[in-house]
Amino acid sequence: MALKRKHRRLSFVALGLLALGAAAALILTAFEDNIVFFHSPTEIQEKFAANELKPAQRLRIGGLVVEGSVTKTGDGATTRFKVTDLTKSIVVEYRGILPDLFREGQGIVAEGHYNNNVFTAREVLAKHDENYMPPEVAAALKKSGQWKPAGKEK
Amino acid sequence: MIVETGHFALILALFVAALQGTLPMIGAHRRDQALMAIAAPAALIQLALVIVAFAALTYAFVTSDFSVLNVVQNSHTDKPMLYKISGVWGNHEGSMLLWALILSLYGGAIAAFGKNLRPSLKVRVLGVQSLIATGILAFILLTSNPFTRVVPAPINGNSLNPLLQDPGLAFHPPLLYLGYVGLSITFSFAVAALIEGRVDAAWARWVRPWTLAAWGFLTAGISLGSWWAYYELGWGGWWFWDPVENASFMPWLAATALLHSAIVSEKRDSLKSWTIFLAIIAFGLSLLGTFLVRSGVITSVHAFASDPTRGVFILLLLVVTIGGAFALFAWRGPSLKGSGLFQPISREGGLLLNNFLLTVAAASVLLGTLYPLFIDVLELGKVSVGAPYFESVFIPMMIPMLMVMAIAPFLKWKRGDFLGATARLKIALIITIVGGLLTWSIIDRASAFAAFGMALAIWLFIAVLTELAERIKLFRVPLIESGRRLLHQPRASWGMTFAHAGLAIMVAGMTASSAWRVESIQVMKFGDSVTVGGYTYTLKDVREVPGPNYIATRGTFIVTQSGASGEDDALTLYPEKRTYKTRKMTTTEAAIHPTFLGDLYAVVGDKDEKSGGYVTRIYFNPLVSWMWTGALIMVLGAGISLSDRRHRVGAPAKSKIVPGSVPAE
Repeated sequence: MALKRKHRRLSFVALGLLALGAAAALILTAFEDNIVFFHSPTEIQEKFAANELKPAQRLRIGGLVVEGSVTKTGDGATTRFKVTDLTKSIVVEYRGILPDLFREGQGIVAEGHYNNNVFTAREVLAKHDENYMPPEVAAALKKSGQWKPAGKEK
Repeated sequence: MIVETGHFALILALFVAALQGTLPMIGAHRRDQALMAIAAPAALIQLALVIVAFAALTYAFVTSDFSVLNVVQNSHTDKPMLYKISGVWGNHEGSMLLWALILSLYGGAIAAFGKNLRPSLKVRVLGVQSLIATGILAFILLTSNPFTRVVPAPINGNSLNPLLQDPGLAFHPPLLYLGYVGLSITFSFAVAALIEGRVDAAWARWVRPWTLAAWGFLTAGISLGSWWAYYELGWGGWWFWDPVENASFMPWLAATALLHSAIVSEKRDSLKSWTIFLAIIAFGLSLLGTFLVRSGVITSVHAFASDPTRGVFILLLLVVTIGGAFALFAWRGPSLKGSGLFQPISREGGLLLNNFLLTVAAASVLLGTLYPLFIDVLELGKVSVGAPYFESVFIPMMIPMLMVMAIAPFLKWKRGDFLGATARLKIALIITIVGGLLTWSIIDRASAFAAFGMALAIWLFIAVLTELAERIKLFRVPLIESGRRLLHQPRASWGMTFAHAGLAIMVAGMTASSAWRVESIQVMKFGDSVTVGGYTYTLKDVREVPGPNYIATRGTFIVTQSGASGEDDALTLYPEKRTYKTRKMTTTEAAIHPTFLGDLYAVVGDKDEKSGGYVTRIYFNPLVSWMWTGALIMVLGAGISLSDRRHRVGAPAKSKIVPGSVPAE
């Protein structure tokens, strides 16, 4: 009985390890394909100039929406605006309805592809809360030396 | 004055909790009846004090007392009453107070209704529960006091974040907290059992209803949140694998696993240390969720302005609570030997597989959620892990789970007959294959995956019905007899039937809405039409309409089913864009017309100055209402199962239950 019990437990453990291995493999491959790196507008331009990033790569960018830069293009459903880390800025295009908290001067994060000096966003994230600054945007501003601790202007 | 009373009550509650967490524990250790007797009344006093504090804050909100900072920041006199009340928990301080309230509520419930618990166990459960409360109350008082005054008091407040001024979100936090704070009880039970070094069938039987209650609330809370995101954010999606969503989903996965392993512990005296481990993990994930949401360390769409110092406090609380529990587990866990042996193919085996898959799924969600944080701490750059990761990891794990979920209830305890079980599922299998093929050939030949998802849903649903039919011996005994059996099914079995069927319906909804969603973005002038998903939308006009504390830009769409003539069956959709006066913030109110086969979903956006038209976004979201229906059925299942009196009897009762001895819930 004792032997049988041990044997059975061993087979459970072996099965468990096998499944765990499969799960680990699944997770690792998923990670490899689906992690999106964040870059500030300055980094985007530097890295594309140095060919470190390719147009096919999915990227995240973040910064402040430049005041007065928001325009509609094409059929009117595409919005074009500039995002800046207060050192450099890049042009972003997004087709669709922007999040409610998207505003000029507001910190945003966008995900998409950078090609021919235009960042085509699949997603634009602005936050639920007007005083909230995405950590990435804060980091990008700190990096460019333009960070001012959030004042309560609102 | 009332505000000060609330503040004072909260301070008193902290002291009561601290006493309750120590003296009775010492008493239980020394078998000192007098010290042990403190526990239950202390728990009730603590509850009463927290209720007073909560009521005081609510009073300040309802009467718009702008001498209280929290009210100033989150309320306004022009807000409708519902949102004045929901404003109490629509902010950090107040939501933590709600957290504490629910924690004390569960403690109080144990004190009041746990009469049939073993006295030493009850005292220890209450002790552990109030140690957690001590931490949370100290956190509130030291870092997040909701009762802070402002001098001079402003004339009016900043109002509540407009996104939160919504009936769905008014009730989302209380439900969610009832769920994930409810897991504190199972945690307390687990730690108390470890202290006692005793886990038996009776213990598992006590734990199950609490887990079930927490699970039901959590399911309701998460679904409500998802529903809110679906109609309020105007993106047409219902789940974004956002860190804040994951924060509530991980405890749900763990709680679901716990729910199932506790059954094995109760019925088969097996998987005991695993059940304890899960109970610790489940609450650990709840605390982690609180930490992620409240500290703002992770970028999330749902992030609200937050304060890092608070994060450190919660992290500390998390480390002490969970670290302590794990240390205890490492010390005492090995002595918790189970006696029930079982073959891999058995009901236990099926439940074990369910547990394995759910825990690994929770772990993979955890990894994806925390990964950006690790990378950031190691200064390797800023990354985000998006929906594609979660989908490619989570879905493959759920496929075997749904498959086995259909079969496991047909297996016997200890040693099951796999072929026998599948033989009884012959009809289900045939329907599944036919259903899958039909989906593939008629609806969508491009997506074999969607057809597979629908087939899985059918498989589970028919298997659940087959299992029910077997239990009532449908067509094997006269119909009257089957009907009688149907009425006499134990409520706990009904619970399983409902929960599993609900999941099947939900899976169908998720699959269909992800695979066959039709989206169309365009600029429309008045009179323009667009056809989406078989319906034609004509923009009639867009005009300004005043609301109680906002101005709405309301679009009017006339929608007709393509091919249908007459204007009679035309319906009208009114999507709005609201601009709230106080915060100058806009929110999107999508107009949704749910039908059995899918939701018609319209959003009106900004005006395009050049053409004079409006940007509109129109979706056809197939079977979305099935998800909410499925969730509702699952919650209903939890409720039905909870009402089973077998859950309320203390020890595993061998004899008949005496009706009078059943305590009220």
